[in-house]
Amino acid sequence: MANKLIKQMGLPNSIANIFTARNIITAKDALSLTEFELMEQLDVGMAEVKSAMAHISEVVCPPCQTALLLMEQRVRDERSAGHLPTRLRGLDEALCGGLPFGVVTELVGPAGIGKTQFCLKLSLLASLPANCGGLDGRVIYIDVESKFSSRRLIQIGIENFPEIFLKKGMAQEMAGRIVILRPTSLSEFTESLHHVQVSLLQKQVKLLIIDSMAALVLGEHDCGASRQQALGWHVSFIKSLAEFSRIPIVVTNQVRSQIGDEPLTFSFQARSHSIKKEDRAAYDSHLVAALGINWAHAVTIRLVLEARSGQRFIKLAKSPISPPLAFPFNITSSGLVLLDDDGIEMKGSEINTIHCQGQKALFNSEW
Amino acid sequence: MEVGMLPISASKRGKLLAAGYTSLHSISRASASQLATDIEVSQDEACEILKYASQTSALDPSIGNSNTSNLYGGQTAWTMLNEEKFNTRITTSCVDLDNILGGGITCKEVTELGGVPGIGKTQIGIQLAVNVQIPLEYGGLGGKAIYIDTEGSFMVERVLQIAEACIEDMSEYSHHFHNNVQDCEVKMHPNSILENIFYFRVCSYTEQIALVNYLDKFIEEHKDVKIIIIDSVTFHFRQDFEDMALRTRLLNEMALKLMKLARKFCSAVVLLNQVTTKYIEGSYQLTLALGDSWSHSCTNRIILFWNGDERHAYIDKSPSLKSASAAYSVTTRGIRNSNSSCKRIKMV
Repeated sequence: MANKLIKQMGLPNSIANIFTARNIITAKDALSLTEFELMEQLDVGMAEVKSAMAHISEVVCPPCQTALLLMEQRVRDERSAGHLPTRLRGLDEALCGGLPFGVVTELVGPAGIGKTQFCLKLSLLASLPANCGGLDGRVIYIDVESKFSSRRLIQIGIENFPEIFLKKGMAQEMAGRIVILRPTSLSEFTESLHHVQVSLLQKQVKLLIIDSMAALVLGEHDCGASRQQALGWHVSFIKSLAEFSRIPIVVTNQVRSQIGDEPLTFSFQARSHSIKKEDRAAYDSHLVAALGINWAHAVTIRLVLEARSGQRFIKLAKSPISPPLAFPFNITSSGLVLLDDDGIEMKGSEINTIHCQGQKALFNSEW
Repeated sequence: MEVGMLPISASKRGKLLAAGYTSLHSISRASASQLATDIEVSQDEACEILKYASQTSALDPSIGNSNTSNLYGGQTAWTMLNEEKFNTRITTSCVDLDNILGGGITCKEVTELGGVPGIGKTQIGIQLAVNVQIPLEYGGLGGKAIYIDTEGSFMVERVLQIAEACIEDMSEYSHHFHNNVQDCEVKMHPNSILENIFYFRVCSYTEQIALVNYLDKFIEEHKDVKIIIIDSVTFHFRQDFEDMALRTRLLNEMALKLMKLARKFCSAVVLLNQVTTKYIEGSYQLTLALGDSWSHSCTNRIILFWNGDERHAYIDKSPSLKSASAAYSVTTRGIRNSNSSCKRIKMV
């Protein structure tokens, strides 16, 4: 839209030629200048500039829909009204059916907590046929840290859907729908994203998983502006991919320790004396999600996985459709299993803090 | 107050100066034909220049216009006061929040709401888009809403939840005040609420600017739009924008256009903003994104933050409201009062 040529917009020839003569070719060039600047550059009066810009804006502007139309479209065209069911009942209920299409969902948590396990299960669910609650489509799994295990994938499949996976040839077909890419650097990843964009249109890709985003970005640049810029481009690109193809995109993120003890506050907030100092046991470390606050704003849904007092929790930390709920879970041979479907509602600072208890507790899983 | 202020092309201005017309006064004393020969333009163009010159000179008291009370485009403070009494406000469904806002979000003004991710900005945006449609009989505006989504966080299921809760609240309200059962049948259906929200999905800053330009025409055709919500105004301006000076200019122009829209159509404009960290006074602090110049652009600025376990809203900047903070909560029914035991409004 933004790169539309001005001479193809139906403006009267006289003014269209003036735009081209002054090297303002696309709509983006014209809209990146203020009206006064345009007047100076094009050497025409204000009234003419205004009417030309009004015309260009109308052409470039996105179409208008009503919320009702959106809802009817989703219900009519998409499976489960635009959600990928995760088979974790509590989570699916909270998310009105499952992970929503068209948005980026983030999984963040310390190492070994179960993010990749969750991703494996999701890729399986997306490849299943519709009568089992799947999306009946292909999955692209971008595996940066070489954590994808096909054996584990088949094991999860057999445990959860024995009727499909034990049938002859089905395991091969299901596993055949999952394509794994292994970029080793940020630039390779960027290239793969472009290829992914093309395949999304041609083939029946229904889910994209990036495991993990943090490993790509953090390894590359030094801190600061260049990293922010690189990340910024990727964020917009991934979001627009999700939007245009109406698929869910799941991205995993790492954690890092927080600088300083206190959470960040605004300048008008009273200083820390009134903030309750929690009793931090020696083995709890103080962690936050990596990739910064800009990234935190950009994702639509954030699922935080953490371990507290020996129990793992999956928290719905940021979601436009549900309150912040925490569900206890375990990892079994069939993947992630919720212990309680009702969830505990969290408040305040609990929502975004990530607890991680020493290495010992995490390796005590059952499978 | 010179020739440089006229809204005409640079070359014409150059010609005027070269011909010796250095002030508007000198232009307005010339006749159209004289002007046409002096600067070598057509008669029509000369008439146009004269028209601009006389319009602009009406604003300048030094030109000796005795009619000072009818300055072009001006209003006296007294007329404005009388008008402001009728300024309608849109409720946020949270009594404490409405109280610190003086009744709700004001129409004819641009209000900015910013906060950390997950604090409830989109929730407040959706609540306002529903509340603007409350009919006049129930104390609302009976208007429509424009929702400009730049991040993709507009979830239709959530809008439906909030719309249904709003209708339930309205029928409960009428149960209290009307005895006749038939009277209190609320004639609204959640689908009609959804139908009155005009949704635009913007994917780049170019589209955002184009849309703000186009809104003038759009609202002319849909005169009952009473609120414009942009969620969020920051997103596209934060991703890979190399030229910061350009960003400031574009944002300023966008803010001015939005203010003009707000005043022209008597509607409210609500801009949702994100946060960033800034190194102030020896430590990192949170602050709203888009920089210091942007912070001057909006009329009212409200910051949403976590205070312990509760969500609070703080009036950071407003020409008429006192600095105060109030607690609110986000429930399945939308934005509501916080149900903590200490519900006093904290005056800062």
